[in-house]
Amino acid sequence: MAAWLLVAEVATLLVLLGVCYRPLGDHMARTFTSDRDLAVERFVYRFLGVDPRAEQSWRNYLRSVLVFSVVGVLLLYVLQRTQALLPYSLGLPPVPAGLSFNTAISFVTNTDWQSYSPETTMGYTVQLAALAVQNFASAAVGLAVAVALVRGLAARRASTIGNFWVDLVRGVLRILLPLSVVAAVVLLAGGVIQNFSGFQTVHTLTGGTAVIPGGPVASQEAIKELGTNGGGFFNANSAHPFENPSGWTNLFEVFLLLLIPFSLPRTFGTMVGDRRQGAAVLAAMATLYLASLTAMALLETAGGGAATQAAGAATEGKETRFGVLSSVLFATSTTLTSTGAVDASHDSLTPLGGFVALVNMMLGELAPGGVGSGLYGLLVIAVIAVFLAGLMIGRTPSYLGKQVGGREIKLASLYILTTPVLVLTGLGLSFGIAALTRSLTGTSILNPGQHGFSEVLYAFVSAGNNNGSAFGGLTANTPWLNASLGAVMFLGRFVPIVFVLALAGGFAAQAPRPATEGTLPTHTPLFVVVVVGAVVLVSALTYFPVLALGPLAEGLHA
Amino acid sequence: MTTTPTLERAAGGAFTGGQLLRGLPDAFRKLDPRSLRHNPVMFLVEVGAAFTTVLAVFLPVVGGSGALFTWSIAVWLWLTTLFATLAESVAEGRGKAQAASLRRTRTTTIAHRVDAYDASSDPAALRAPTSDIPSADLALGDLVVVGAGELVPGDGDIVAGIASVDESAITGESAPVVRESGGDRSAVTGGTRVLSDRIVVAVTSRPGETFVDRMIALVEGAVRQKTPNEIALDVLLASLTIVFVVVVLVLGPVAGFANATPSIAVLIALLVCLIPTTIGALLSAIGIAGMDRLVQRNVLAMSGRAVEAAGDVSTLLLDKTGTITYGNRRAVEFVPLPGVMETELVAAAAVASLADSTPEGRSVVDLARALQWSGDEPEGEIVPFTAQTRMSGIDLPDGSRIRKGAASAVVAWVGDVPEAARTALATEVELISATGGTPLAVAVETDGAFRLLGTVHLKDVVKTGLKERFAALRAMGIRTVMVTGDNATTARVIAAEAGVDDVLAEATPEDKLALIRREQEGGRLVAMTGDGTNDAPALAQADVGVAMNTGTSAAKEAGNMVDLDSDPTKLIDVVTIGKQLLITRGALTTFSIANDVAKYFAIIPAMFVGVFPGLEALNVMRLHSPDSAILSAVIFNALVIVALIPLALRGVRFRATGAARLLRTNLLVYGLGGVIAPFVGIKLIDLVVGLIPGL
Repeated sequence: MAAWLLVAEVATLLVLLGVCYRPLGDHMARTFTSDRDLAVERFVYRFLGVDPRAEQSWRNYLRSVLVFSVVGVLLLYVLQRTQALLPYSLGLPPVPAGLSFNTAISFVTNTDWQSYSPETTMGYTVQLAALAVQNFASAAVGLAVAVALVRGLAARRASTIGNFWVDLVRGVLRILLPLSVVAAVVLLAGGVIQNFSGFQTVHTLTGGTAVIPGGPVASQEAIKELGTNGGGFFNANSAHPFENPSGWTNLFEVFLLLLIPFSLPRTFGTMVGDRRQGAAVLAAMATLYLASLTAMALLETAGGGAATQAAGAATEGKETRFGVLSSVLFATSTTLTSTGAVDASHDSLTPLGGFVALVNMMLGELAPGGVGSGLYGLLVIAVIAVFLAGLMIGRTPSYLGKQVGGREIKLASLYILTTPVLVLTGLGLSFGIAALTRSLTGTSILNPGQHGFSEVLYAFVSAGNNNGSAFGGLTANTPWLNASLGAVMFLGRFVPIVFVLALAGGFAAQAPRPATEGTLPTHTPLFVVVVVGAVVLVSALTYFPVLALGPLAEGLHA
Repeated sequence: MTTTPTLERAAGGAFTGGQLLRGLPDAFRKLDPRSLRHNPVMFLVEVGAAFTTVLAVFLPVVGGSGALFTWSIAVWLWLTTLFATLAESVAEGRGKAQAASLRRTRTTTIAHRVDAYDASSDPAALRAPTSDIPSADLALGDLVVVGAGELVPGDGDIVAGIASVDESAITGESAPVVRESGGDRSAVTGGTRVLSDRIVVAVTSRPGETFVDRMIALVEGAVRQKTPNEIALDVLLASLTIVFVVVVLVLGPVAGFANATPSIAVLIALLVCLIPTTIGALLSAIGIAGMDRLVQRNVLAMSGRAVEAAGDVSTLLLDKTGTITYGNRRAVEFVPLPGVMETELVAAAAVASLADSTPEGRSVVDLARALQWSGDEPEGEIVPFTAQTRMSGIDLPDGSRIRKGAASAVVAWVGDVPEAARTALATEVELISATGGTPLAVAVETDGAFRLLGTVHLKDVVKTGLKERFAALRAMGIRTVMVTGDNATTARVIAAEAGVDDVLAEATPEDKLALIRREQEGGRLVAMTGDGTNDAPALAQADVGVAMNTGTSAAKEAGNMVDLDSDPTKLIDVVTIGKQLLITRGALTTFSIANDVAKYFAIIPAMFVGVFPGLEALNVMRLHSPDSAILSAVIFNALVIVALIPLALRGVRFRATGAARLLRTNLLVYGLGGVIAPFVGIKLIDLVVGLIPGL
């Protein structure tokens, strides 16, 4: 595929995202600041027993997030375990305990890591009532937490940061649901299937038979991308023609998964009353996104090895309908948004292309990151950047007038610490305990040598950052990986949320200091450079050694 | 005392190699793990050094190879730790010299304590019995008598008497100052010497907690509490350290999967190179040196917090008199009435002022001389200024009388003069007042005939160079507010001339306090100077309150800094030092973190190139061998600490420009420089290390 097609696709994306940036960003800001409830919302609040006007302290907000999410995990677990008793289960047996645990956490944490082949494991009820519901809910939780942090930054001596239940309900009803409906209709028009016809046996041209699963795919597919979830209806995910039939649906799906994360900076700017701040956050995200996309495109086209060069492109494992570069666009977008949907096997990226995919996740899912989580991730890094830059101009650092002191730095540091520690601990245990290593090499790892190591590295990085994409090649449905990845996903999602909400509470309680000539401006290109530098430096320093042993050892040849 | 502490302080400003040597013994003492524990980063390095030493010792026992390498790593890790303690002890050493000279003033003296003081009948304690006790036994509230030639036994306020006091022991200023009971100049400091007269002092501080004691503790760094920004930075450094500990711990098993397990010495070397040792080693030296720089400028900060707050100040309250203007009005113009020769007015005003020793009077003579008037002190009777007459002047031997003074008083004195002259004078007086000046009317009486001659225009003269300093402050985002008791018109004129941003006219202490509160409500940090007891509430309320050393002890208690030179413009220096302190910390932290990039490129390929030859591509510095690469990184890591000690002590240069420009410069120098410098440094060290056989 010619490079110009990628350029055209990216240009189309930029135009589409640019058109939606203002209206969607402002719509989201209005959604979370309005004091009017829709009739259906009032009904839900009555049902939940929630007073929509009652504001919550950060502790109560956090408690609500955790209660809602833990209940979600339990519900998903029970539904999977009782699948055989549920209607429309296509006769599928109960999902095994370890896998149910992993999958329940996976969908509640917006990770959507799938250790199983969905079309042959989950019936329609589990797919729709459990997994699809969490596709909405987990994305709305991300939105709510991000909005709470933004409220904290915008507030003035406030003891509360909003009401989680209101944010959750509005996020689903006013943002995710309407957008999904539109997206699903567009996908249907593009050829994505939507039926309840179960398995159909067809006769192939060669005289054999094939069993083709159907299902309500389009409705699922829309929120899978919009909510940066990534859990596919089919094992092949967006490489499956029923999920992603054509080149333009491919581009449309990339657009969907970038849409909300790239519009949230506008929401942020609008809510804090200074749109330039939002633009700076957007610029930092876009810079990282475009740099990563360029890097992967160059590395994939440069290709590795003589065989690839003979073939003309590194096409193995990539969906030939889309070509290498469209796969690169999808792979970059899915790993930078914590979506984890794939339209090509990341295992089949060249080693250095896979390196970029890994680095994308290691950046901490903030360029533009998952729905909500991308924004709060970037704002936390901005807090660290503000601290160092603030010191360098001789001021007690402050962001949007809010002081960044010991407490703020502690929380931001802990946020940044959490995911690398989880990922590295998971890796360390996997390779430090002989029995676990044997399980990995015996069952899980497909490829020999450092590529096998990269598969495990990728799994932990993907789980820790709630991405959910898999390198492929790894059989993850083992007791160790189900348990450890499940734990890493859960902690990697909710421990940072604790710190973000604590940060939000602290910021809310402060009275902002007015900006003067001596205040660090946080809307300038210079500040964008500092933030981008901080993002890259922090993740590079943390992960360089393991990257050296994984894709770099594999990809660099003497 | 022949050499004053100030001179020694000034000498302490430059950094010499000798200081390093003198700091060594203390640096070794500080290696004690118990004292190093407060610095987690360096404590970890010391643990690593000890561990590597044990490894090196037992290497032959277990039959391992690479003894030279392991020993080299161990030695350089010990040196890294030592360089860190050295930085701190050098910073403290500079304060020690000052502390020693201060201590000499603290010798125990004999105090004459008044046993039964009766303020009403015997305020000067002339008849009351006194008992002589050592100054160390004085209690709070005791009254002591101090005579000429005696040392003041403790801090206190004069309750009776007036004396000239030699305060050079504290301020370094050799000219004696006058201290008297009542008013704003009643405070005396223990250890200063009364030169003349006799005073009764009420002791206001316990022995051991006097001003000098606090000064000693401050310059020695003994009472250093971590400032808020320092605490935040500590947290950041600790988290970075934790991440790198995890990275290194995991690297063993992970590399084991590829049969590339590095040796423990290598892992320790990697850890030490990655954790922010540069800033960790220099952080406390930066703080001590910052306080030291203040002391060198004769400012005592009661806490590091106040110094840091000074860097954040966004509103500066400055008293007009003495700060913005030279304390006194000066004559700038003679304005004769119509029909009066200017020379006559000049001569009359000058003659009337010749015996007037006030600065205002002298300025009239100075101006007259500048206008070619020459005359000597005339014979005649001086009529001094009184609050009742509001005039002064001279009665000449020839019988004529000259008066100058407030226009209304002079007009009343002249009585019946032509209406035209009176109107002309009134017009001129109004004109001068409107421009913020003070008019002095001059009149003469010869042989019973009164004549109005004209006016002398007295004006507050703004100190030179202030306008530029205020502009610099504005660029730094600091608003200056002039506080004055003058009326609004006068105040605005001076304000415009001096270039301050705002003015608080006819200000009472309550107005001042209210203004500070208002600014703080808006989230601004306020700095002010003050000396009087009525300034105390405002000084306490301000985020940075600099009390003048000449001020009352109430003011000194209320402020969080004391300026020994009593120079109110020093607030600007304090702000600069506060900023410099933060910038130095931020810059060295950025430098420290940016350094890690090059260290990775040195160590990671060296660790794994044996198993994965392809990683040689990452050896961008083309280092000699894996061992030399790792050792060079460790050596660089140690030497960079020593190289940066002068910068840590001196502080990063601060230019008063806007935040954006400052950030750009510092990012380039310390961020980008921090990435590039170690590539060069490690390569150079490797060129030398590579020559050692066996590495």
